[in-house]
Amino acid sequence: MTMRLGLIVLLTCLASAGHGASTVDVLAFDSEQQERRYKALIDEFRCPKCLNTNLSGSDAPIAQDLRRSVYRLVREGQTDQQIRDFLQQRYGDFVLYKPPFAGRTAFIWLIPIGLLVLGVAVLAALQLRVRRQPEVALNEQDSERLSRLLADDD
Amino acid sequence: MTRLRLFVPLILFLVICAVGYVGFSLNDRHQLPSALLDKPFPEFDAVSLLNAERRVTKADLVGRPTLVNVWATWCPTCKSEHDELLRISAGTDIQLVGVNYKDDTNQAQNWLAQFGNPYDLVIVDADGALGVELGVYGAPETFLLDRSGRVVFKRVGDVNPRIWRDELQPRFAQLGVNIDPSLMNGL
Repeated sequence: MTMRLGLIVLLTCLASAGHGASTVDVLAFDSEQQERRYKALIDEFRCPKCLNTNLSGSDAPIAQDLRRSVYRLVREGQTDQQIRDFLQQRYGDFVLYKPPFAGRTAFIWLIPIGLLVLGVAVLAALQLRVRRQPEVALNEQDSERLSRLLADDD
Repeated sequence: MTRLRLFVPLILFLVICAVGYVGFSLNDRHQLPSALLDKPFPEFDAVSLLNAERRVTKADLVGRPTLVNVWATWCPTCKSEHDELLRISAGTDIQLVGVNYKDDTNQAQNWLAQFGNPYDLVIVDADGALGVELGVYGAPETFLLDRSGRVVFKRVGDVNPRIWRDELQPRFAQLGVNIDPSLMNGL
């Protein structure tokens, strides 16, 4: 009995520990729409300290600060684009998971299009090769043999 | 033609190797290019660490070349660059301004009393708001400002003898900062 109780306590602790690890800020919003925008924005930006995590998923102090900044700007009634500009002006393109199309970033934007074109070209070439193969007409003897083979199921 | 096609996998492999080689040897992949470079230092209004009565604004940073160093007592690298900052402070006539970033004011004051104070002025940024304006994402960070308050150089990480020799000293000279001859050959 005590063992079972202990197990339950242990499991409860583990479950709540898992919960505490995710970042949950208790924030008050004027409207549900505001809260949705805040959540979408912190999902959209990348944490400057931790390379491959967004602001909402990071426990780094800088991510907390930036979440607070986004919260403040949302409450102040700034538009999503204004908030993006705010962060980009301070932390550069790095915080945007979607970098703008420019000289340095053209490469990454063009690779998928290039690969698509390459794929289409390869497909087209294969198709062309199949079509170019001459169709061989069967003589009477062969076609007879063919129908015999097809008929001979078992 | 078919003979040539045999080499396609090898060529692909070499291309991947080349991309990987370039990608992984990029310098400081963890270092963000500063968005503030060549831009004016942002406006701010804060309190001085050593004199709570005193307001510090951007006006205090313009008029002479200034080195702004973002530091905190919780940051071990800040301790390791402290001696370099003391030597720069003693050996040049640059204005050295500290930004005490997300720190405890008492601890910061004790720290300066204990290890020496290289700064002409220390700004309190307890909640990191000025840090966000500066694009700070980890301490220490160091900004070099020209006379007009424009950021001409930014360093994320410690100020060490190499950074002094390669980055700071030439720029100090360009900005017309007087450097003690003993510092000309390194820190």
